[in-house]
Amino acid sequence: MVIANEFDYRRPVTLAEATEILANHSGSVRILAGGTDLVAWLRDDAIAPDLVVDIKKVPGLHDLKLDGDTLRIGALVTFTDLIESDVVKEHAPLLAEMSETVASQGIRNRATMVGNICSAVPSCDAGPVLLAYDTTVHVTGPDGDRALDINDWFLGLRQTARTDDEVVTHLTIALRPHGGVYVKLMRYGGEDLAQAAVGIVAYADQEYRVAFGAVAPTPIRSARIEDALRGRPLDDALIAETVAMVRDEISPITDIRASAEYRTRMTEVMLKRGLVAATERLAGTGPAYGTRLI
Amino acid sequence: MNLKIKVNGEDWVLDVAPADTLLDVLRERIGTKSPKIGCERGDCGSCTIFMDGRTVRSCLILAVEADDHEITTVEGISYDGISELQTLFLEKNSFQCGFCTPGIVLSATELLEHNPNPTRHDVQEALAGNLCRCTGYEPIIDAVLAAGEGGSE
Repeated sequence: MVIANEFDYRRPVTLAEATEILANHSGSVRILAGGTDLVAWLRDDAIAPDLVVDIKKVPGLHDLKLDGDTLRIGALVTFTDLIESDVVKEHAPLLAEMSETVASQGIRNRATMVGNICSAVPSCDAGPVLLAYDTTVHVTGPDGDRALDINDWFLGLRQTARTDDEVVTHLTIALRPHGGVYVKLMRYGGEDLAQAAVGIVAYADQEYRVAFGAVAPTPIRSARIEDALRGRPLDDALIAETVAMVRDEISPITDIRASAEYRTRMTEVMLKRGLVAATERLAGTGPAYGTRLI
Repeated sequence: MNLKIKVNGEDWVLDVAPADTLLDVLRERIGTKSPKIGCERGDCGSCTIFMDGRTVRSCLILAVEADDHEITTVEGISYDGISELQTLFLEKNSFQCGFCTPGIVLSATELLEHNPNPTRHDVQEALAGNLCRCTGYEPIIDAVLAAGEGGSE
């Protein structure tokens, strides 16, 4: 099946050229990085841009490095880059744990993490983890640079705070000692979208970040669960208290991949296991990163 | 648009439309038929090719994106005779209809390049995105394991 929609294709070689193309274009435009969502959507006629701007030749978007305590992840960094990075392995193995659950090797070699949150489907794997990391999303456009809190990023189904004339250049994550976990429910291991997902980061002094994927129109944080956990030692009673909150925090749908009730029940189990694993990992124990908890 | 591309060591210059996929250009313009048209949405793995040494889904890449890049398919790794892995596929009856085989051979080749002695779990993970509707996978996994550093059993 061919792509029926005709469009122009531009491949800028500088960031300035990219933003100029976007700023001067009045029609419908899409930015192309890994293309694993974009090309599938083009073929499905789910989108019909008249211009596609390929940013893969723009220099400076491949960074994956630590500046002091700040991890910088460029817009063109792929899931395979994250899995194979020594910096990630040492300082943020949660990113590798999440990346390993994304689709298949052939997709991970091409798909970018920034593209994942720009596509902004409810099940995007990067969403819960980047929310739990309080990530900053850096964009540039005709009015200059903006640094957006990831908590303000996801506006709705496939909708983000990026305007059409802006390009995401990179993400930054302020790292401090933590234990993290990404628990993803799939029908089988490998090559599946999340039916439900939980991303948790645990810091010292019982400080937690708790996020969910595929159980609402966008990936979501739960301030209520985080407040309940704050400053209290994690025991069975506290776990039960937070697990009881899940049902009111999420709004899953029933679709071809799972029922709403199944998603809810499983999210409760995943939160329970995730909280234990993140807490143990903070202490330097617990299951190795990459271990499947469900 | 102008597309300059190296396919299995051969340089090509073609005029392509932005909406042409790399898979279609490889098959219909260049005549490289081992990447297969399967699901056309990145799920089945039958269109797998090497692009600059890593496996990618050629159905999810616009041909123009491959400008100045190097493509290798099963034809390209078989110029000097079939590889040890391919020999093991023959010995162990690791394919029946053969539709998925080029993609699986390339995915397994990439695995063995990065992890010369994979475990059964490693092989399962690496091939999770390549669907086979004939074999039930076991003979495929056996062939890849035998091609690992442990060699044939």
